[in-house]
Amino acid sequence: MNGTRRAVLKAGGGATLLSLVAAAGWLSPDDARAADWNKAAFETKSLDETIKAVGGSAAAPSINITFFATPDIAENGAVVPIGVTSTIPKTESIAILIEKNPNMLAASFDIPTGTDPAISTRVKMGQSSNVYALVKADGKFYVASKEIKVTLGGCGG
Amino acid sequence: MADPMKIRAGVVGDSTEVKVLMSHEMETGQRKDAQGKTIPAWHIQNVTATWNGKTVLSAQWGPAVSKNPFLSFKFKGGAKGDKVEITWTDNRGDKRTDEAVIA
Repeated sequence: MNGTRRAVLKAGGGATLLSLVAAAGWLSPDDARAADWNKAAFETKSLDETIKAVGGSAAAPSINITFFATPDIAENGAVVPIGVTSTIPKTESIAILIEKNPNMLAASFDIPTGTDPAISTRVKMGQSSNVYALVKADGKFYVASKEIKVTLGGCGG
Repeated sequence: MADPMKIRAGVVGDSTEVKVLMSHEMETGQRKDAQGKTIPAWHIQNVTATWNGKTVLSAQWGPAVSKNPFLSFKFKGGAKGDKVEITWTDNRGDKRTDEAVIA
């Protein structure tokens, strides 16, 4: 048995199948896939830029946005629990921003009617920083912040 | 194909609480390997949760979400035995859907 010939046949067959799949539209190109992912917003470096990238102009500070289950001091920056809840009526989305990360926006959640405007997740933080919760409610933007101290960074370790 | 998600959904009062633990590397694109080359970003971009065909949460994530991401949320309604389905898509086009029965 000629091993090389086998390998070549296999590789050739694989490539053909892949191109067929792509042609049939099963494998969408990068552009199509990124359509529902706001690339510009995830590349922003400041709060104002992020608000603009998600379609706002300014955010009003609000006491109706609170952090829950969020530490003041995080021992491990690679896993920082963040919980955000909003009591602003008609909350449409909640975004988590970390001021001193290379890109500010960490995550953004769309809250459909019927879902509680309270989410929790875990994020990475490069260093101690202010964390912002940006809430969109009834077309307007609101923001709250909290400082989290990190004793061990989560980017690059 | 990535490992399955761990999903727990339970009724709390008139709501359903969903907790999800996904299995994903969530590479930031900031780190360098031993040769000094940047390790390309590889992270989940979109997460969608549905209950009875209705979207109950959708999210867009950047690389700053932790490795093996955790997510928890609550929605009104949901009864024991209903199914909650979670789907994620990463920036390489990889996709995974898992479902859990509300307990």
